[in-house]
Amino acid sequence: MATTMRDAFIESTGKMLETNPDAVVVLADIGASQFRDVGLYDKFPGRIINCGIREQLMVGVAAGLAKEGFRPLLHSYTPFLLERPYEQIKIDFAHLGLGGIFVSVGGSFDAPISGRTHQAPGDVGLMKLLPYFQIHVPGHADEAAVLLDDATVGDGRVYVRLTEDSNAESRPVVPGKFHIERQGSSAAPAIIAIGPMLDRVLEATSEMDVTVLYATTVMPFDSWTLRDTGASEVVLVEPYLLGTSAAELSGALHDRPHRLLSLGVRNMELRNYGKLEDHIEAHGLDADSLRDSISGFLS
Amino acid sequence: MAASKSSEYTYQDVEKLMTVMTGDEKHSFSATSTLDVIWTLYDSVLNIDPSDPQGPDRDRFLLSKGHGPMAYYAVLAAKGLIDVDELEGWGKFDSKLGYHPDGELIPAVEIGTGSLGHGLGIGVGMVAGLRLRKNSKPRVFCLLGDAELDEGSNHEAIALAGRLGMEELTAIVIDNNSSSHGWPGGIATRFENEGWSSSTIDGRDHEDIKTALTQSRSGKPHVVVAKVEEK
Repeated sequence: MATTMRDAFIESTGKMLETNPDAVVVLADIGASQFRDVGLYDKFPGRIINCGIREQLMVGVAAGLAKEGFRPLLHSYTPFLLERPYEQIKIDFAHLGLGGIFVSVGGSFDAPISGRTHQAPGDVGLMKLLPYFQIHVPGHADEAAVLLDDATVGDGRVYVRLTEDSNAESRPVVPGKFHIERQGSSAAPAIIAIGPMLDRVLEATSEMDVTVLYATTVMPFDSWTLRDTGASEVVLVEPYLLGTSAAELSGALHDRPHRLLSLGVRNMELRNYGKLEDHIEAHGLDADSLRDSISGFLS
Repeated sequence: MAASKSSEYTYQDVEKLMTVMTGDEKHSFSATSTLDVIWTLYDSVLNIDPSDPQGPDRDRFLLSKGHGPMAYYAVLAAKGLIDVDELEGWGKFDSKLGYHPDGELIPAVEIGTGSLGHGLGIGVGMVAGLRLRKNSKPRVFCLLGDAELDEGSNHEAIALAGRLGMEELTAIVIDNNSSSHGWPGGIATRFENEGWSSSTIDGRDHEDIKTALTQSRSGKPHVVVAKVEEK
């Protein structure tokens, strides 16, 4: 089993290249050395294309390959994969009706010591603006493997968000479905923990009567599992910009009066370096802060 | 093009067909600047079967400069790749023909464009794909404007295509001197510095255009700078 999501990604990509002759990888330098080190360049000549530090071109080349019937996988650090070439993704993939797999590393702020240029807490919000993107947010390396393997099947557009933030144990994730992690009493408030937020949510709510849903696919949004809880009070805990999936959540409960608390990364320029844990705390996403926010909302 | 011998439309007819499409006069310079190159491409360069415009061995033509596609639509109609009757409805709600082309609506149109700086990168990817398929028959042509070259994404594509020696790729730059800050040293030089071969021609001379677009492959991508009257 892979120990990190990035390891899982390298393994899954090798498997994809092995099993699907139409699979290709397109890079903009980042990731190239890892693929070379594990021998994938030699094993699959011509099928890993490094464009150099040219992210717009990375997307255009991948779209051209998709036009020729290939299944491209694009990979880079989150802001460089999505934010810099966003219009290329919008036009070259969404508008042209092409499929591809976009895999990021870096999460919202995996490396805060690198500063704001290497942070992208708006990534999922950006990608959900484009039609028909499936968006996966694994919370563990083993889940990443499952979701990446699923993404290689079919011809759709998929975004897989990888991070160094991880839950201690994996869950039996099913792409597109929320996992019921803890069942509260009938119609108890529902807490939706997304990806790596699960462990902190469980710790924060350990003494509360709540149903905890675990989401590793956020687009499409699993409305039915949420509705089945019967909850009218819902807390959405996201590892990226807070409220990213609030519209889908409210849509799922459109016929039911409900209250919603959105917790996640605040939309601000946090001019601090430090470690991942420092930024989790600064945005109120550590277990103690979550407990205060959730108990205050439910009291 | 396969349909050219049997086509009942001439170049003069295409100019008339363009007049059917009114309402986008602000892009009329764009439309007329590309007319002769697009006509020559479809009349005597491209290998595209109108009955199978997505066939795997077809030449690929990417209108990266999607502005003012009246000339493009008129030539496609003249060559049997879209219905001539479609031209009158252009821009209407249920028309397949908009002020910028949409490849999802027209099988003979490879990509949807309008936002500048997208076609050449896609073209590089298509060449990479054809190479992986070991299909050496098709050529990939991408038409840009000299002002479109202002978009930095083009220069990412120009660099990589040169490094990879993509002789299957031909860029055509319609030069009506509309780039805001110009190209000191010339457009062709920019490409040559990245490993391309080049031709600079009269963009109104059909023989010149045909010669430049059909020259033998040199192990390098090729750029044709087609000069037309200034905007």
